[in-house]
Amino acid sequence: MREADAIVVGGGLHGCSAALQLALRGRRVIVLERRHVGRHASGINAGGVRRLGRDLAEVPLSVQGMPYWHRIRELVGDDCGFTACGHVKVAESAQELETLEKRARTVRGLGFDHEEVIDAAEVRRLVPALAPHCVGAMVVRDDGAADPFRTTLAFGTRAREAGAAIEEGEAVVGIERQAGSWLVIGTRGRYRAPVVVNAAGAWAGRLAALVGDVFPMRTRASMMIVTERMPPFVLPVIGAVGRALSFKQSPSGTVIIGGGQQGRADLDQEQGWVDVTNLAKSAGAAAALFPRMRRARIVRSWCGIEAEMPDRLPVIDFSPGAPGFIHVFGFSGHGFQLGPICGVAVADLATRGTTDLPIASFAARRFAVAEAA
Amino acid sequence: MHGRRAPGHAHPPAGRSARAVSTPFDFVVIGGGPAGLAAAVQARQLGLTVTLIDEQPEPGGQIYRAVERAEAEGRAAALGEEYRHGLALARAFRDCGATYLASHQAWQVERDGRVFATDGTASRLIEGHRVLVAVGAIERPVPIPGWTLPGVMTVGAAQILHKSIGLLPDAGVWIAGSGPLTLHFAAEIVAAGGRVAGILDTARASIPGTALAHLGGVLRGWRYLAKGLGYLAQLRMADIRRVTGVEAVEAAGDSRLERVRWRVGSQWNEAPASGLLLHEGVIPNTQVTLALGCAHDWDPVQQCFRPRADAFGATDVEAIIVAGDCGGIGGARVAECRGRLAALGAAAALGRITPEDRDRRAEPVRRELEGHDAIRGFLDALYSPAPELLAPSDDVVACRCEGVTAGRIREAVSLGCLGPNQVKSFTRCGMGPCQGRMCGPTVTGVIAAALGVLPQEVGTFRIRPPLKPLRLGELAALADEERAA
Repeated sequence: MREADAIVVGGGLHGCSAALQLALRGRRVIVLERRHVGRHASGINAGGVRRLGRDLAEVPLSVQGMPYWHRIRELVGDDCGFTACGHVKVAESAQELETLEKRARTVRGLGFDHEEVIDAAEVRRLVPALAPHCVGAMVVRDDGAADPFRTTLAFGTRAREAGAAIEEGEAVVGIERQAGSWLVIGTRGRYRAPVVVNAAGAWAGRLAALVGDVFPMRTRASMMIVTERMPPFVLPVIGAVGRALSFKQSPSGTVIIGGGQQGRADLDQEQGWVDVTNLAKSAGAAAALFPRMRRARIVRSWCGIEAEMPDRLPVIDFSPGAPGFIHVFGFSGHGFQLGPICGVAVADLATRGTTDLPIASFAARRFAVAEAA
Repeated sequence: MHGRRAPGHAHPPAGRSARAVSTPFDFVVIGGGPAGLAAAVQARQLGLTVTLIDEQPEPGGQIYRAVERAEAEGRAAALGEEYRHGLALARAFRDCGATYLASHQAWQVERDGRVFATDGTASRLIEGHRVLVAVGAIERPVPIPGWTLPGVMTVGAAQILHKSIGLLPDAGVWIAGSGPLTLHFAAEIVAAGGRVAGILDTARASIPGTALAHLGGVLRGWRYLAKGLGYLAQLRMADIRRVTGVEAVEAAGDSRLERVRWRVGSQWNEAPASGLLLHEGVIPNTQVTLALGCAHDWDPVQQCFRPRADAFGATDVEAIIVAGDCGGIGGARVAECRGRLAALGAAAALGRITPEDRDRRAEPVRRELEGHDAIRGFLDALYSPAPELLAPSDDVVACRCEGVTAGRIREAVSLGCLGPNQVKSFTRCGMGPCQGRMCGPTVTGVIAAALGVLPQEVGTFRIRPPLKPLRLGELAALADEERAA
């Protein structure tokens, strides 16, 4: 039996970030990770660090989370491959451009000015390789991208340095309430703490069910393509109003194409299967915006699996019924940028029982309420 | 996951691309070598509808590469009687009534029997009730110091250049390695009027006891031994230098190969070299079966992974069958037998013949197989790769795509990476265009040696689509078709 102040289940970015913040506050924390740190979506996502185009409910937290990225080395001792290369969301018609302008007005109305609408000439200047039919874009100039595996690893390593224990190869098989505390039963050991953090990603629903929380959720298997190395031709991360696309060239020259086309997830086998018919849509979207990509050779495709909520917003909250049980999951395909700040929010909840960070929209009870209505 | 459809059910589920509306084939064969060709012919004889997909423009695979063209151009005789055996097989295939997709690359195979292939312009979907994976062998990677220098290539690559465009090495080229192919290729060059500087034979100097245990097999396989002795005689007549007992080989040079160095006992020797051809035997090409998630086992004799399969090549994935060297190294004649058995197994599984009929027809094939297989144990023991090939020293490059050394892999292991996929994430080893084909065995070997466990426990890289690099436009074409439908 090992005692701790908090047990974090899941060694992805959110689990490691929460563990780091707890350890920095002097708390004894144990992370239980079934495979290895960064094994699933945290380690193999597209690495976009984006405020642009976020759900309005996520904008405040996302904006407050951005400075962590710009000072990521101070936090974890590694630059995580982060570059503030900017994000560009392309409009391919006057109508799409109008959509962007309307969106920018809405966001400004909430008091945020990070999103900027630019004309065709400025798009051309920022992204000379873009297909000539594009009429404008929205940009966030100091959004960026990072290496997801390196980032998750850096958070894990820094958490260990700060005193957290990360048990890799340790799967949780049971959780029991005992004398005002949680007994977490793993395949290799038993752990006790007053606080448990559910950062189990795609498997978070199963973990939640162990303490009686049932969430309406499904599993995403967002696919990605990586090409051979190409000479540098695009700096920012590119998206599009009318296409499911995320497009970026890595520092090594490979091009990474994502955007949310779905493969098939298998939670029991702990793996995703690429669906090449859907993958072809991503390829088509990339080729439409960057005609030169038609001849680029695909080296590999893959998918990362994670949880998706009905409103595509995460759950960052105490369990409605299980005391001291904190959920941080359901990022629905865009949780990477929120990783650093969510660690702070979770540590606040765990140590103070509340947080000043804007997480009200991510309440666990919103689903229960919706079902009762 | 798409469910498997019952044989004969011709209506594809919604959401398939336009081309998929065609009726699925009973039997889709990937690979046009001896296993694939023999399987296609056998399956057609049993009344199955068959499509064969092959990356080459003509039937024959690697072993009988361009056999029809060589015959037409009068070059086949020089390539030997065994090579010409492939001609009969190619002709039988041409006449058997199978659909033949030549010059097509199968880049994705699904567990439900769907195969995506491209002709280099656009991709298409071919559906099979059973899919035979007959993609042959790959040369075992030979990670020696300097192996990535320009001027160093594999014997197999040189043989492709010879068989397909008649290119011959010059007198500055050395051959280093072991296995039947090195001698065979040297003899082939000499017969065609070419030269090599010499052969550095890395086969164990004295036949180990394990090889002697297979002598009974050798006698039954005398035809193969006679072939090997014939090669040696040819090389002696041509006065080709042959150094035996070579324990280490290194390629050296600044920006390209300039010298080859080798060690016999404690003695290092050196010679100028314009080319160095390496070969340490072949291993099953498991990319397709690994990508499919089929179960694989480590073969401690052949020192490689092979897919788990029954006597008819059926794997643990219902729709997927293997035959030929990709299921375990046996050579061309063995592959041909296994191809026929695979077709019999598929026909029975699809209810076209009874299990009794299958077994009756399989009996003579099995007997033939035993004859061809007899020498295998001897060859395997004789040509067993040296341990340093499986786990080379720290400064040797393991992954040439990403320039990762064996030392980097060991460092990742010491940091807690216990498997190939974690090492890949740490080091980028295996992330390049070859998808770990070249470095996969080395990565597994280095990790296993570092941890002191068997390769079976270490496992392999996960293989992700596409099986071969595919142009984005070729993939996008799949979606274009769907929109047009």
